Parts: sequence; C-alpha cells; structure tokens
Amino acid sequence: MPPVISFRGATKTFAGPRGAEVRAVDGVDLDIAPGEVAGVIGYSGAGKSTLVRMVNALELPTSGTVTVAGRVTGTLGERGLRELRADVGMIFQQFNLFSSRTVAGNVGYPLRIAGWSREQRRDRVRELLEFVGILDKARQYPAQLSGGQKQRVGIARALATSPGILLADEATSALDPETTQDVLALLRRVNAELGTTIVVITHEMEVVSSICHTVAVMERGRVIEQGPVYDVFADPRAPATRRFVHSVLRDTPSGATLARLREHFPGRLVTVWVRAGSGARSALSDVLATHSAGHGVRSTIVYGGIRELAEKPLGSITFALTGDDAAVDALIADLRRHTRVEEAA
Amino acid sequence: MTDWGTLAPILWLSFQQTVYMVFWTMLVAGLLGLGLGVALYTTRRGGLLQNAPVFHLLNVLVNIVRPIPFIIFITAIGPLTLLAMGTTIGTRSVLFPMAAMATFVIGRIVEQNLVAVDPGVVEAARAMGAGRFRIIWSVLVPEALGPLILGYTFIFVVVVDMSAMAGYVGGGGLGNFAISYGYQQFDWAVTLVTVLVIIVVVQAAQLLGNRLARRALRR
Ligand SMILES: Nc1ncnc2c1ncn2[C@@H]1O[C@H](COP(=O)(O)OP(=O)(O)OP(=O)(O)O)[C@@H](O)[C@H]1O
Ligand SMILES: [Mg+2]
Repeated sequence: MPPVISFRGATKTFAGPRGAEVRAVDGVDLDIAPGEVAGVIGYSGAGKSTLVRMVNALELPTSGTVTVAGRVTGTLGERGLRELRADVGMIFQQFNLFSSRTVAGNVGYPLRIAGWSREQRRDRVRELLEFVGILDKARQYPAQLSGGQKQRVGIARALATSPGILLADEATSALDPETTQDVLALLRRVNAELGTTIVVITHEMEVVSSICHTVAVMERGRVIEQGPVYDVFADPRAPATRRFVHSVLRDTPSGATLARLREHFPGRLVTVWVRAGSGARSALSDVLATHSAGHGVRSTIVYGGIRELAEKPLGSITFALTGDDAAVDALIADLRRHTRVEEAA
Repeated sequence: MTDWGTLAPILWLSFQQTVYMVFWTMLVAGLLGLGLGVALYTTRRGGLLQNAPVFHLLNVLVNIVRPIPFIIFITAIGPLTLLAMGTTIGTRSVLFPMAAMATFVIGRIVEQNLVAVDPGVVEAARAMGAGRFRIIWSVLVPEALGPLILGYTFIFVVVVDMSAMAGYVGGGGLGNFAISYGYQQFDWAVTLVTVLVIIVVVQAAQLLGNRLARRALRR
C-alpha cells in the first residue's frame, strides 16, 4: 500500500537567536503506511513536534516535501489547507480545549468549520461522545473534567470530521499511569475500529509498547533509526537509539547501581540479553545449569527484567558469576552462542 | 440652604448628559477599541496576521496618546474635533475626544487580555482548519471574555471620570454640575450629592461587570 504520509528531504529551519539558524528538522525521509500507529521518539529538542506539525501544515517545510494523503502540504491554498486539516486530527499534551465552550461545543467546533448543520452536528457529537465514553459530560465545561476526561474530549474533537490521520503530541504525558492506559486503549480502538493512521510523539515506553507498530528515532532534527517497534528496541543500532532504549527500558545496571552491585556481589557482572527466538530463554537456563554442575561456576541473578513488546520478549538479566576465571570465560562464550552478552567493565 | 427645588431638575439633566456621554463613548470606543486591541494582538510577531509596520504604527500611536492627560488631550485635538463634529462646544462635541482617548485605552486592555489566552487553543483551532478571522471571533474573544468584561468595567469607570473632565470644558454632565453649583457656589452639600450619584453609578456598573465576568468564567 502506498504511504499515507511521506516526508522527502523534509527540512525546517527557524530563525534562532542573534541571526543563528535552528535546523529543527533536517532532511527527513520517512513513510507512514495507512492504518499504521507510528511512534516518534527522541530527546527533548530533537525536532519531534516540528516533524509532526508538518503533517497538518502547522509548519511548512523550508525545503523538501511532505505529502499527506496525496496532497503536498506546501502547495495548498486556503481551501486545500482546510480540507487537509479536516483529514488530520490532532491531540495535545495540555488538551487545548476551549474553556469557553462545553464538551459538546468543543467536539462540535470542527464540524462548524466544515459547515455542518445544527442537527447534523448534534447527532455526530452524540455519536463521538458515546464512542469515547463521556456522553454524560456533554453539557459540562472542560474545567469540570479530570485530565483523562479532557483528553477523551480532545480525542472526540480530533475525530469529529472522521480524519484518516490522528496526530498525538505527548497526548498522555500529563496523565497518571492508569489514565494513560485508558487513553491508550481508546487510541488502540480508534486505530482498530476506524482504521485511523496514528502518529504519536512520546517519551514513555508504555505508549510505544502498547500501541505503536513502528517507531522513528530522532536526534538533532534527523531520523536516525526507524522500523518495526520490536526491531528498533531489540537491536538498536545508532548510539543515540541505544542510549534512549536503555533510558526507557532501564534493564541494565549502570552508575550507582553498578557500584552497589559490585559492593554486594563478588565475581564478574555479566548482562545477558533476552530477545525473541525460539528457546532462547531455555537455552540460557541450560547453559547456566551445565556450567554450574560441570565447572562449578555459580551464577546469582542480581538485576534485570523481561517485558513484552509486540508480543515478543525483550529485556536483559544481569548475573554475578563466581568461579574459576577460565570456567567463567567458557560460560560466557557458551552464552554468546545464543544471545548477546555484555560484561560490566 | 441649598435650593433643591431649582437644582434637582438641573441635576437630573446633568445626570442624563453624563449617561449620554458615557453611553456613546462606551459604544463607539468599545467597538473601535476591540478592533484596535485585536489588531495589536494579531499583527505582532508570530501573530495570526503578523505585520510589523502595522503593529509598530499602532503601538507607537497608542503609546503616544495614552499618557496624555485627558484635559489636555481635549484641547490638543480641538481642530480634529471641529472637523469631525462641526463644533468644539457642547455635550455632543466632547464625545469625539472621549471616544478617541477611550479607544486607545480599551485597545491596550483588549490586547493584554488576548495575550493571556492560551496559545494552545489557538493552535488547536488552526489544526482544525479554522481561518484566521474565524479564530479571532470564535476562539480568541470568547476565551478572553471574562477578563474582557472586567476590563470594560474598569474602562467604564475611567470613562465616567473622563466625562466629568469633559464637563468642565463645556460638555455638561455631573462633573460640570458639581463644579458650577457645588465648588464655585461653596455649596458642599451639592458636591456631596453629586459625588454620591457618581459613586452609585460606578458601583452599579462594577457589580454588574463582576457578575457577568463571573458567569463568563464559571467553567
Ligand atoms: N517556532 C519556533 N521558532 C524557533 N525555534 C523553534 C520553533 N519551534 C521549534 N524550535 C526549535 O526547534 C528545535 C526542535 O523543537 P521541537 O519542539 O520540534 O522539539 P521536540 O523534539 O518536540 O522537543 P520536546 O520533546 O521538548 O517537545 C528546538 O531547538 C526548538 O527550540
Ligand atoms: Mg515537542
């Protein structure tokens, strides 16, 4: 299927302080397929928001092109822009609801822009509020709602004109973990039931692991790595991706933790990656059992964890290995035949 | 003793003149000031209708006019008043300097209240495909409505104050009444009564403004 969003050499520069130029987005090539939930991750200031805002032409590329559902954003007139934006919904970290309008008024606003009659709007608003589960709040004002409810209104409003694409800029960052899960479940439903393509910017592993199919990693305006979520997280290639993955997975000990582990556990600290692949985990147990029995290497689990991502295992376990140096070397060599192993220096 | 039999009808007439001046000034300057404030807000850097020359022109104009003491302003723009109203004498002619000055004051107040609107909601409206003028009337103004009502209430008091000064230079009204029949006749009671009337008017306006603003803000 042809991509519904495609960036080609997309670059956006801003005038920075004292005439300097900020390259917020720098020569990005990226395709997003229809029906995909695409994550955009990266450190603060990497250019994620700017990239995503190019999809609904809130920013136009300084050079390169952004094509959205067949429209090249930079070439659109007033009317084309309105049509594009009716086809691209957006939700925000701070919800950005109109405080002067009721919930129904907020959700109906994009329909007014699209020129729907009062009756049509009333029916559609009802349908949307039902879909996001807050029909009973229709006549309340945003100030009377909880964060999760506000984001539901945001989602209903963004979906009002039945857009094919939904953009979410850190849409759950202001919510507590449980509410985050509710909102993510709703977004998953939007994707599954309505077939909406979703682009989510996030810092949270929760978001990536529970809704994203693919992920693009940004650093200093560039997309440095992209692909299916599991591939990128299981085997990050760029150093920045690795750092990012480490920082969100938090499954390998470093710094103070490592020092504490050394204090408490004698022996060599070895981190073993757990990845998808038939029998990887049982192979690990077999190797440890064999070496323990045969060569007297004792292994203590000291750190780590395994989670699921895209229904596949992902994580690492850190062992303290004690025993004869050569025997430990042999064990590590054996482990390396099955998976990646890193010894803490 | 004060001769209230004679003075009461004059007081009533003065009251009507004040109402007349304040009403028309608020109506004309209220609308023009709203336009000026919106123009100041939207033409600034990064605004919806970003336009540096227009912004600087308006900004400088407001900054020049606003600090001029009103009593001086009235005489300073006498020639313009003559041109616009055909005369510089009387209650009607004084509407011109009043509306002019009030427009600048209101423009600044409107601008300040619009600046306080969360840029996020403007962004959301843009993302929904709303045009710039639609955003101005259907997002910016409604979102700032509570503070705007309070701002206009404040302006109302300022305009009542202006009308008193205007009265002094031929506009009639309560200010003129208090000066002519109170101060200049050494009749303290007349001054006091006039002041009381003004206080009642101002208080009533303030109460109404607070009420409306609270309604607009109840959310
Ligand atoms: N309108 C603007 N004018 C000037 N510079 C801007 C503008 N918007 C973004 N930038 C700059 O572009 C760079 C990328 O910003 P962007 O907001 O896209 O980053 P981000 O990845 O979304 O960061 P965060 O995670 O903090 O939201 C930053 O250096 C930022 O200061
Ligand atoms: Mg951002």
